[in-house]
Amino acid sequence: MTIGTQDWNLTQIAAHIRRGRVDAANLPALAQAVKDEGGQLVALWGSDDRFVNNSRDSDSRSSPRPQAGEGPGVRDAGYAIHIACITAAGLVWISAALPETEPAYPDLSAIFPQADRMQRATFDLLGIRAAGAVDTRKWLRHKAWNEDEFPLRSDFVARVASSESPLATCHKPLAEVDGYAFIRVEGDGVHEIPVGPIHAGTIEPGHFRFSIIGDRVLKLEQRLGYTHQGVEKRFVGMDLAAGAKLAGRVSGDSHVAFAWAYCMAVEQATLSAVPDRAAWLRALFLEIERVANHLGDLGYMGNDVALSFGFMQFWRLKEDWLRLTAKLFGHRYLFDRIVPGGVAVDLDEAGRKALRAASKRIEAEVRDLKVIYDEHATLQDRFVNTGVCKPALAARLGLTGLAGRASAQAWDARAQFPQAPYDTLDVAMATARKGDVQARSEVRFAEVFESMRLLRALLKGLPAGAIQAPLNPAAGVREGIGWVEGWRGEVIVALRIAEDGRLDRVHPHDPSWQNWPLLEVGILGNIVPDFPLINKSFNLSYSGQDL
Amino acid sequence: MATHLLLQKIFKTGIVSEPAPAPDLSLRTRDQELHADILKVFGQAISIRHVDAGSCNGCEQEIHALGGPHYNIEGLGVKFAASPRHVDVLLVTGPVSRNLETALKRTYDATPEPKWVVAMGDCAGGCGMAGAMFGENYASCGKIANVIPVDVEVPGCPPTPTALLAGILAAVSGGR
Repeated sequence: MTIGTQDWNLTQIAAHIRRGRVDAANLPALAQAVKDEGGQLVALWGSDDRFVNNSRDSDSRSSPRPQAGEGPGVRDAGYAIHIACITAAGLVWISAALPETEPAYPDLSAIFPQADRMQRATFDLLGIRAAGAVDTRKWLRHKAWNEDEFPLRSDFVARVASSESPLATCHKPLAEVDGYAFIRVEGDGVHEIPVGPIHAGTIEPGHFRFSIIGDRVLKLEQRLGYTHQGVEKRFVGMDLAAGAKLAGRVSGDSHVAFAWAYCMAVEQATLSAVPDRAAWLRALFLEIERVANHLGDLGYMGNDVALSFGFMQFWRLKEDWLRLTAKLFGHRYLFDRIVPGGVAVDLDEAGRKALRAASKRIEAEVRDLKVIYDEHATLQDRFVNTGVCKPALAARLGLTGLAGRASAQAWDARAQFPQAPYDTLDVAMATARKGDVQARSEVRFAEVFESMRLLRALLKGLPAGAIQAPLNPAAGVREGIGWVEGWRGEVIVALRIAEDGRLDRVHPHDPSWQNWPLLEVGILGNIVPDFPLINKSFNLSYSGQDL
Repeated sequence: MATHLLLQKIFKTGIVSEPAPAPDLSLRTRDQELHADILKVFGQAISIRHVDAGSCNGCEQEIHALGGPHYNIEGLGVKFAASPRHVDVLLVTGPVSRNLETALKRTYDATPEPKWVVAMGDCAGGCGMAGAMFGENYASCGKIANVIPVDVEVPGCPPTPTALLAGILAAVSGGR
């Protein structure tokens, strides 16, 4: 496929997904071509390819170009850097092999600023350097491992964990100070407010450093990585079924999106087909998850402008929704209902009717509440022109997903690059242009209504048949990538299965990676008391990006 | 003007709050002393500080749900507070990531005695499938009890709001 003027030898590996390999030196040219066409970089990660196949001199390295699902990461047996870009033709997964000693690739953050934190995390975890990058500070590493240790390398030896005394791990004194070099704002009357990692509300941990004059924010700098649990390392050596459970727990509020993306990748890698009914049920689950999260967020946005009425009403609806989900599928958040090869739970006729009735009732109630939100003067006063991310800036910095669509970044994989069953549903994308809290609230309302329509269409057209099919046995090293439009934005899971049929490398990507830096920009010029509202209107995942 | 719509909705909705679950004393991990005295002092009201020590944010969803109208926790005397210095109970989620270990210990130290710790979820209690999956590794200390003393462990991935409430009440209710 051609991007820009050059043909990059991309192979189609699934609907709207292409795979290619380039020399690391050509990555900036490729990235620039993607950018010039209006595309975005959505994920960047690395892999340690030295011991794939458990052998350094496997003779099965002859195929010149990868076939669908085949994992040729072994050919160059050093490290590799991978990027996933969204282009006019869909998702493109590009890999570049890197040498075993001093692995480095050219910096991409000058072209795509959203690459910055991903590049730093890749160095922290794998020791692969972005040559020429301006910002080389640590990101996911705090003080649990040293600068010269790289947890995702296969020869990494954890200094922790003695089986007889687990406490020894944690009683080993850590340096008190993280030693992170925040960028300071200086001048008359500037002062700093450090917030977190333990916040005042029930939210995830992270550190925010505000530099302010009076109440106005001059700069916000985030320090994340606090919930780094070593998820990517845990995947190594897992069997394929267990991997789905772990993938779903990368960010609990996006369980369905991650589990589906993971299973899509596994099925692609093993060339396995999923029964139609299973694909439709997966989409049903995804829309249920989207509705649940949007209801919760709309409630909290009301709460953050002191309209506790909004919180109580939306959380009443959300609770009804969750309880029905639990009744029909056995779990309030559908945990572990998506498994490799299909889904674990079916829906009967009575359940179909109940879900259809609930979707109609809740949609009608949300329409009532939208009228109240639209007409409520103090709510509008707080929502409008607060936390603005203008479209041009959103495009430059790669704002994505729901927040992106509220700033005129019109990408929605369900609408533009639909996987089954979305290819038959004609999804209407919700967008807004102003990029303020109000716009993000409007997009949520519109998406609730559209999801309710999709739910009913899915219930109506639900094909008969099996809900699960056995996976084909994986032969040799296999690769796959899954791509699902979760409620927050596009969720990507790229993985490689080793010859023994177990997971060798899994990279789950949450859209929060791209969107966190935009929150730093969105708050500028606003007053500190509006920060909780702006933050909630983005509602980004900490654990999804901390991994 | 939205006021009449708002009032209309409130009256139409009515009261959806449900009766509280009984305390689930089987969730206790250790005997608690001082109960009679403390209950005299506190009455039946408690303040809780939630600490995410490295969870996947699944448990947080259920804590939020607990704040909704069905559960009426403030009516039961349970209140979430913004600072550990103001609370009786720490509600801790997640396996403890090493990056939060210090913060969790400091939060515990900042909480005045007498205090209780409720570990919420399989990761926090080191039980079940998720507890096994999120054990100790280079980045994680595993269950909460590896880092600070725990009084009650509420299993589940995530525990339902009702189970959580039963666990919280078990931590602070009288009777042994």
